Amino acid sequence: MSAIIQMKDVNKWFGDFQVLKDINLEVGEKQKIVVCGPSGSGKSTLIRCINRLEEHQKGKIIVDGNELSERTKDIEKIRAEVGMVFQQFNLFPHLSILDNCTLAPIWVKKTPKKKAEDFAMKQLEQVQISDQASKFPGQLSGGQQQRAALARALCMEPKIMLFDEPTSALDPEMIKEVLDAMVNLAKAGMTMIVVTHEMGFAKEVADEVVFMDEGMIVEKAKTNEFFANPKNERTKLFLSQIL
Amino acid sequence: MKNINILKPNKDNFRTYLFIGITLVFLGVFDVFLRSFFMVNFLSFLPNLLNFLLPFILGLVGLQMIRLEYSGVKLVDTVNKNINNNIFNAGLTLFIIFITILALPPSLNWMIFDANISGDTKEACVAVEGACWTYIKVWLRRFMYGMYPNEFHWRINTAFIILISFAFVGFFAKGKFKNYLTFYYAIIYPIIAFLIIYFLISGGSFGLEWVETNAWGGLSLTFIVSFFGLIFCFPLGMIFALGRRSELPVIRYISIGYIEFWRGVPLITVLFMSSVMFPMFLPADTFVDKLVRVVAAIVLFEAAYVAEVIRGGLQALPRGQYDAAKSLGMGYWKMQTFVILPQALKLVIPGIANTFLALVKDTPLIFVVGLSEVVGMLQMAKTNPKWLGYAMEGYIFAAVLFWAICYAMSRYSQYLELKYKTDR
Repeated sequence: MSAIIQMKDVNKWFGDFQVLKDINLEVGEKQKIVVCGPSGSGKSTLIRCINRLEEHQKGKIIVDGNELSERTKDIEKIRAEVGMVFQQFNLFPHLSILDNCTLAPIWVKKTPKKKAEDFAMKQLEQVQISDQASKFPGQLSGGQQQRAALARALCMEPKIMLFDEPTSALDPEMIKEVLDAMVNLAKAGMTMIVVTHEMGFAKEVADEVVFMDEGMIVEKAKTNEFFANPKNERTKLFLSQIL
Repeated sequence: MKNINILKPNKDNFRTYLFIGITLVFLGVFDVFLRSFFMVNFLSFLPNLLNFLLPFILGLVGLQMIRLEYSGVKLVDTVNKNINNNIFNAGLTLFIIFITILALPPSLNWMIFDANISGDTKEACVAVEGACWTYIKVWLRRFMYGMYPNEFHWRINTAFIILISFAFVGFFAKGKFKNYLTFYYAIIYPIIAFLIIYFLISGGSFGLEWVETNAWGGLSLTFIVSFFGLIFCFPLGMIFALGRRSELPVIRYISIGYIEFWRGVPLITVLFMSSVMFPMFLPADTFVDKLVRVVAAIVLFEAAYVAEVIRGGLQALPRGQYDAAKSLGMGYWKMQTFVILPQALKLVIPGIANTFLALVKDTPLIFVVGLSEVVGMLQMAKTNPKWLGYAMEGYIFAAVLFWAICYAMSRYSQYLELKYKTDR
């Protein structure tokens, strides 16, 4: 299996505080990885490093054959291949849902407007909000907004999708609709790295689960093994609290 | 305690109290009205102070008597809630009503009934007690066009009509032309405006006689200076706002330096510098027109303020917007153009309107370098030996003019706020 994302001895500091300590992680094509761990353990920072929203200070990150560093010229090109869904949705509130979805394809990938709109409508249909296409983000519920954000990311036809706690800001009854959309995406064969506390989702979808604490990867195991037979004490404690 | 209770209505006796209360308030207002409009004081038999205060006391007692929560009468409830919710506010309400009634007759008399607008000389106003609008009438052309030769005023009028019609192009743009509107207003329109003003108002070619900018003046000059001030200081301010938030130290420090310098000096100094000092630094044979220098000075000065207003909007945007734009593969300029600036500018419409209003009202300062826009012309007319003593009329005229311009701008900014409101 060829690795599409490779992280070797990645270290990162915020000032004096070390957020990431010697992270080693390989993600193969079409693999689904769930990252979990207590808050403040560096999960979000880890996946934000993968599309260089955060810069790592030591180590190597290679995404689809390109190494991320200060010398990386076309960081935009790499980002265009890596979609991301955020905890706070981060839709553009001044644009309609459809415009949110077509903005980047039109201006970054230079897709003709008509084609971009057709493709966007297809993506919106996939997440079942095509009837909301002309509304503005402020008029949608949280779950709808998050699905729109997912559709927006997919409109760039990314090779990799990153999810940064996509359901943490949602009301309980809306979590399911977002998770369903993510499950569908996983079944379609997308490479996914998901930071989440939804263990049910992890059990259903993930190939591997990564447990992080204090900036380190404490445990990394196949999903069944991770839940049935955790090795590390901290993992056990965490699972006992969350399940 | 009993005394206070007498004035306190309850549900049962409210009808009676309401009737008495309203009568008392009405009596108070009526008394002031008679005193003010007809000089009748039917309470003159009372001691002086009581005579003076009686309407106020009547009103207070009356308002006290109708103050009841949820009386069931809609109008009374509104009044109680908004202007009669305690004795202090009731007093303020009465005070304002009385002052208005007292101030109306003298000001109306001065402005309209005793005023004069006929005749063409000061002599027509000699016997007049009120305002002498003749003065405004005679000087109106000067107030509008300054010292611009009378026979060429049509050139200014035509120029402004053409400018306004070009400004309305945006309303008729359809389909794919809409995408180019920003480009049109930001770049093409200013160039068209400059060319029109240069060839039509300045003249010198196409058989039009050259009129030098010293002769320009009055309201038309106010418009020209404000217009160019507004359209150029906005993009410049935007660039410096982005510059100040740039990650590149050189650009950031240049922007900070620029903004702090121009915010730190008074406009009047800048204007003096532009007209007196600046030409000294130029090579001997180059010449930059005074009006151009003054407009440039105003633009540079106001751009610093606009920059800070826009920076406020940029900082109000959550970091997630930048993250989302970046994660979609947008570079710096695409992110700013399509995601950040549209939102930031929408947020700062009130602040920008504020700065623009201040700019329009600052234009009379160009008087210090010898350019006379409408207030400057007023100053000139006021000191004209033939027309001494009518400063008041002039200033009221200028105040009304500026108020009308600024109010229109303010309404327009409110309209824009509504138009671009898509969230919250």
